[in-house]
Amino acid sequence: MAQMNLLQAINNALDIAMAEDERTLCFGEDVGFFGGVFRATSGLQEKYGKARCFNTPLTEQGIIGFANGLAAQGSRPIAEIQFADYIFPAFDQIVNESAKFRYRSGNEFNVGKLTIRTPYGGGIAGGLYHSQSPEAYFTHTPGLKIVVPRNPYQAKGLLLAAIRDDNPVIFFEPKRLYRASIGEVPEEDYQLPIGKADIVQTGNDITLLAWGAQMEIMEKAAALADAQGISCEVIDLRSLLPWDIETVANSVAKTGRLVISHEAPITGGFAGEIAATVQKECFLNLESPIERVCGLDTPYPLAQEKEYVADHLKVFAAIQRAVNF
Amino acid sequence: MSTTTYQEGQVVHKPTLIDGHSVDIPILKILQQDGTTYEGADLPDIDQALATKVYKTLAFHRVLDERMVAAQRQGRISFYMAALGEEATSVGGAAALKAQDMIMAQYREQGALMFRGFTLEQFMNQMFSNEKDLGKGRQMPIHYGSNELNYMTISSPLGTQIPQAAGYAYGQKLQGIDAVTICYFGEGAASEGDFHAGLNMAAVHEAPVIFFCRNNGYAISTPSQEQYKGNGIASRGVGYGIKTLRIDGNDILAVMKAVQWARTYALAEKAPVIIEAMSYRLGAHSTSDDPSGYRTREEEEKWQANDPILRMKNWMLLQNWWDEEQEKALFERLREDVLAAVKVAEKVAKPELRELVTDVYDQVPAHLEAQYQALKAHIMQHPEAYPVTSGRLK
Repeated sequence: MAQMNLLQAINNALDIAMAEDERTLCFGEDVGFFGGVFRATSGLQEKYGKARCFNTPLTEQGIIGFANGLAAQGSRPIAEIQFADYIFPAFDQIVNESAKFRYRSGNEFNVGKLTIRTPYGGGIAGGLYHSQSPEAYFTHTPGLKIVVPRNPYQAKGLLLAAIRDDNPVIFFEPKRLYRASIGEVPEEDYQLPIGKADIVQTGNDITLLAWGAQMEIMEKAAALADAQGISCEVIDLRSLLPWDIETVANSVAKTGRLVISHEAPITGGFAGEIAATVQKECFLNLESPIERVCGLDTPYPLAQEKEYVADHLKVFAAIQRAVNF
Repeated sequence: MSTTTYQEGQVVHKPTLIDGHSVDIPILKILQQDGTTYEGADLPDIDQALATKVYKTLAFHRVLDERMVAAQRQGRISFYMAALGEEATSVGGAAALKAQDMIMAQYREQGALMFRGFTLEQFMNQMFSNEKDLGKGRQMPIHYGSNELNYMTISSPLGTQIPQAAGYAYGQKLQGIDAVTICYFGEGAASEGDFHAGLNMAAVHEAPVIFFCRNNGYAISTPSQEQYKGNGIASRGVGYGIKTLRIDGNDILAVMKAVQWARTYALAEKAPVIIEAMSYRLGAHSTSDDPSGYRTREEEEKWQANDPILRMKNWMLLQNWWDEEQEKALFERLREDVLAAVKVAEKVAKPELRELVTDVYDQVPAHLEAQYQALKAHIMQHPEAYPVTSGRLK
């Protein structure tokens, strides 16, 4: 075991992936010598050469198009989009190409070896264009897998699983935690399962569900609730597509209450999808309406970030509403 | 580590302008319409066997297009796209490549697939979206693809194959194999962002890819003068730092010469090439439009006189590699074969219901399995409403 922050854990996973397969490539804007603007690819060009770890021109659609071609050819591309806010020029390549490659060809061709890494989320005073959480745009696209880790241990195990998964995976990295989240991470190779939620804390009165950086907020809210004698079951969804309906439904069947929280705006956010499924699966178990604590339906603000975000106090208020319903 | 990224020109002391038209772009022409070659023309590598195969492929292409446009009008298939007048660009391209080279086409390059050996039955199975279609009946007619023949399955969104071709070729280069990628697109698709992205990525990362632009004058109804302002598409190649050729796209020997040269160059220099083939879409964009609404009969007639297949035939006759008797027999047989194949393919069953949910992922995930089971139960309750799949459900 070693102490690593989330960036070091990602860098370590990339290092393992590049060492095990010479057809694994890492590329994106400033990814080469500089090691990426957050340094996730530090040292990889030095170790594996410029042909396998390199800078690309400033063209997100070009990066993902290039990666699709590489994956179809049999290489294992790990493409970085510098900020999730800038993934939209690549939207067509991801949604119409990566996601549909296997299906449209009857499995004559596929881009299953593709992994897209991108930092997402707020909390770094990034304003509109360095803070977004665009995961729900992609969860609406069959053919993709969507994964979001919450800490260094999860990041390494899930990223290695994503790289080796035989489907295109978008790996959203909580950039607020890049250096802030530090933990014990095994130095050896390991994988965590895609498509399985993780019960972080067991409890009986209410289920709290989130993913990525929002898990920290949920745990803080759970501590406030615990002080009031409310026992929270805290679940990290980890994979949004496909998502672990069974673990969530079993928990809600037990607690009868659910609070879902994400950073992205509430309307059309992934919490809506979860709420719809849970009310169908657990209708007779529900003791209160499902609560969603999310971003407002505005662009991501700057000066009023603190007011905008789904913080632990808002989550705690939702817990109280549910419990006192 | 800054390096020179532009060539220093003459220093001037007042605004001195240049434009794309300042570059004189030569156009390669080898074969004349009467079948004679231009004096001093540098012919591609071609012998009687290859020439005969190329010509037979062109004939097959012409007949298939003609018959399938008719089949669409009869309501037997939903949609078709002919390549009338442009057949030399795809057939000539494939004939200049090796079987291991990847072909990433736009949608009007069925000729390349024919040259590679995709059978008449395979074409039909795709167009009738039946259970023998390699694509499992999922895409509209003409969206062919074959892993075995290194022909990437067609995707309707325009230009997406351009950056993909750059990546595919980069992978070939890293593997050190004797293979390149050819990427076809039209002058209309060259307005997409993916064109810029793909050419720049290929140039910067030195990918052995041949970009092949079929400049056929029209994007559905939009003429090329409303599509771009520069000196064709070739002028852009120069801007990206890519070796650029312009050719007569109705001249099969020029197409083969250019692609043979480009393949050798791309492999040896590990760099992309762009070829702009000047041609004309003699037919409609697809069976969904009628060109008489947006262009004149005179214009079409002028290009009919440049028929690339007739031009090759004239050359073959002059070589004594072909005669009128063979010509007549070939076209008669092809027409019969196509009609017979239509009758077979339209009777083949559609894919089973299960194929609705396979290949979304490598394995059917739990949530999709649940959706499939629910759908299957529903169909079994109302089999008459879903006759295509209900009969085979157990």
